[in-house]
Amino acid sequence: MTSIVDYLLNLLSFIEIDTSLLLIFVILIPGIGLFLVMTVNAMVAVYMERKVSAFMQDRLGPMEVGLLGFKGGKKFWGGIGQTIADAIKLLTKEDIVPDNADKKLMLLAPFIIFIGAFVTFVAIPFSENLVVSDFNIGIFYIMAMSSVGVIGIILAGWSSNNKWSLYGAMRAAAQIISYEIPIGLSLLLVVIVAGSLNLGDIVQWQSNHRWFILHSPFTFIAFFIYFISVVAETNRTPFDIPEAESELVAGWMTEYSGFKWAIFFLSEYANMLIVSIVASIVFLGGWLSPLAILNIGIPEKWMFLDGPILGFFWLMIKAMFLIFVMMWFRWTFPRLRVDQLMYLCWKVFIPFALANLFFVSIWELIF
Amino acid sequence: MYKILDKSIIGADEMVLNMGPQHPSTHGVLRLKIITDGEIVSHIEPIIGYLHRCFEKHCENLSYEQIVPFTDRCDYLAAMHMGHAYSIAVEKLLDIELPQRVEYIRVIMSEFQRIASHLIAIGAFGLDVGAITPFTWTLRDRERILDLFEQVTGARLLYNYIWPGGLAHDLPPNFIRNSIDFLDYFEPQIIEYDNLLTTNKIFIERSADVGVMPKEVAINYGVTGPSLRGSGIPFDLRKNEPYSIYDKFDFDVPVGEGKMGTIGDSWDRYYVRVLEMKESIKILRQALSQIPDGDVQSAMPKKIRPKKGEVYSRYETARGDVGFYIRSDGKNIPTRLKMRSPAYCNLSVLNEISAGWMISDVITILGSLDIVLGEIDR
Repeated sequence: MTSIVDYLLNLLSFIEIDTSLLLIFVILIPGIGLFLVMTVNAMVAVYMERKVSAFMQDRLGPMEVGLLGFKGGKKFWGGIGQTIADAIKLLTKEDIVPDNADKKLMLLAPFIIFIGAFVTFVAIPFSENLVVSDFNIGIFYIMAMSSVGVIGIILAGWSSNNKWSLYGAMRAAAQIISYEIPIGLSLLLVVIVAGSLNLGDIVQWQSNHRWFILHSPFTFIAFFIYFISVVAETNRTPFDIPEAESELVAGWMTEYSGFKWAIFFLSEYANMLIVSIVASIVFLGGWLSPLAILNIGIPEKWMFLDGPILGFFWLMIKAMFLIFVMMWFRWTFPRLRVDQLMYLCWKVFIPFALANLFFVSIWELIF
Repeated sequence: MYKILDKSIIGADEMVLNMGPQHPSTHGVLRLKIITDGEIVSHIEPIIGYLHRCFEKHCENLSYEQIVPFTDRCDYLAAMHMGHAYSIAVEKLLDIELPQRVEYIRVIMSEFQRIASHLIAIGAFGLDVGAITPFTWTLRDRERILDLFEQVTGARLLYNYIWPGGLAHDLPPNFIRNSIDFLDYFEPQIIEYDNLLTTNKIFIERSADVGVMPKEVAINYGVTGPSLRGSGIPFDLRKNEPYSIYDKFDFDVPVGEGKMGTIGDSWDRYYVRVLEMKESIKILRQALSQIPDGDVQSAMPKKIRPKKGEVYSRYETARGDVGFYIRSDGKNIPTRLKMRSPAYCNLSVLNEISAGWMISDVITILGSLDIVLGEIDR
C-alpha cells in the first residue's frame, strides 16, 4: 500500500529543488484534493438529505423545485436548485458577531472544528492505494483527531456569550467525550482480531478471511455499538441534543451565521463521511467488492469488480448507505434527553463493549 | 423527577434562563422565565401579553355582528370553535331557536376543526420532542381539512362563518361527498401516526411519566379540555352539558389511562388527542348521514338588540372549556364581554407540574398542554 504523498515524492524526485520545498508542494496537492472531497461531500449530502426528507415527509420544496426550466417532480433534479440557492445564500449572508462575544475565539472556533475534520481525512484510505498518508497507527490517529473538534465546539459555545450556546456546548462536550469510549472499545475489538492498527492491513485481513461484521457474534454487536455511537458523536438525531432545535434554538451554533456557520455545516457532513468510511473499512470490508467477499462463486472474468478503481466505488457505496441510514434515523426518531443519552452510553454501550472485548479474545483463543 | 442539589454544600448558583418570546417551541410569543440549576428547572414563570390585542375592550365598542371576526382571531387554530361558542352565547341572550340544518352544519364544522386543531397539537408535540416527520404528516392531512373549509367559507384559517342566529351561507354542492372521502382517507392515517410516533420507544421514554398532572392539581388549577381528560377525569362539555345537538350523537369521552406510565403524564395528554380525533370522526359520520335540508338563515335576526340581561355560556373547544360572559343594556353593543380562556388556565399549571424536570422536559410538558397564545392574551 503506497500513499499519495509517497507516490508524488517518487514522481517528482527528478526535479532538482530543496526537499522541504518539494514536500510543501507535495502536501499541497492532496490537501486541495481533500478540501474538494469535503465540499463535494457536503453538497451531495445536503442534496441527499433534502431528497430523503422529501420522500419521507412529502416535502414540496426539495421535490418540486425545478432547475433552469426543467420541471421538478420525482426526478433526480427536482430540488437540486435548492441546494445551489442554499450555498449561495450561506456565502452571501451577513456575518453577525454579538457585541459581548469574545470575537477572537468566536472566529477561531469554526476553524478548529474544520481542522479536526480535515486532518482526519489524511489517514482515510479511499481505496487500496488512494490514501494521502499511510499511517501504521491509522485507527488510533483517526480516533485522536476526530476528538479535536470538541474543543472548537466548547470554544464556540463559550465565546458566543449566549446561554443557549453554553448549554449546547456543555451538552456536546459531555456527549462527544462519553461516546468516544464505546467507539474506541468496539474498534479495539477489530484491532485485536486483525492484529494491526493500519486500515490497509485490516482490509487485507478481511480479504483473506471474511468481513468483520460476519466474523463472530461479538464483532456483529460491535458494529452496531460503533454505528450508534458515531451517530451520537456526529450529533445527529436521535442524539442531536447539543443543537436540539426545539429546546436550545440551535445549541452551540445559535450565534453563528453566514460563512462561519457554513464551515460548521461542512464539518458536520465531513464527520459523517469520516465515520461512515471508517465503519465501512473496519466492519464492512472497505474497498472489497461485496460479490467477491460473500463467496457467491462469481466467475473469474468478473473479478475485475475488485479492482482499485471499483474499490473506491464500493467503499463509497457502503459509506453512502450508512449515511443514508443516519438520515433515515433523523427523519424518523424523536430526540433523547440528556440523561437518557448518558444512560445509554455509560450503562448500556460501555458494559456491552467491554464484555464484547473479553469474549472476542476468548473466541480468538478457541477458533 | 430530579432532586435539586443542596446549594449550601457546593455553593452553586442558580441561573435565570429567558425562553422566548422568540423561541422555536413556545408556540407563539410566550416568554418563560426559567430558573435553572444546570439542566434542572426549579421554577418557571410564564410571562404573557405579547399578543394582547384588547379583544374584550374592543367588543364593548362593536355591534354583536362585528365581534364575530374578532372571536376567530382569539384561537386562530380553532377559529370555528370560537365563532360557534360566541354565537351560542348571543343566541342564548336573544333566546333564538335554530333550524336543525344550521345545528348540523355547525357540528360538522366544529368537529372538522377539532381534528384540524388536534393534528397541529400532536404534530407540534412531536416537533417538541424532536421528531420532525409527524409534524409534516399531520400538516399534510390538515391541509385537506382546510381545503374543505375553503370550499365552504372561502377562507383557510379565519372563517367568519358561524354567525349569531345562523351561518354566513349554506354548504357547497359536493361538500358531503368530499367530507366522506376525506374521512375514509383520514381514518387509516391515525394508525400511521401511531406507528410513527405514539408507540416509538424514544417518544415513550421522553413523554411517559414526564410532567404528571394529578387529578387534584388539574381541578384546582381549572385545567380543562384534553389536558384535563389526560389526567383521567371524563369531563367533556359535549357530554356533561350538551349544547347545540351533541346529545343526539353517540360518542365516547376518551381519558388518560396511564398506559405507558402514570395517569396524567404527557403521553396521556398526547394520546387523548389522538383518541379524540377518532371520536370526532364518529360524530362526523353520524352528522353527515343525518343532515336535514332547510334554510340556514331563516332564524337570523335582522338586528341583534338583546333585552337587558346577562348570559354565560360554555363551549368545549379543542383546548378546553371556553366561556363567554355577555352583559347587555338593551343596545346593539354589549356593555361587557368577558371570555374565559381555556389555554390561560392550562398554562397556569405549568410551574406546578414541570418544576424539578429538565429543560427538555419543560418543552415536552408545554407542548402537551397545547396552548395558543392568541387565546391566552386575547
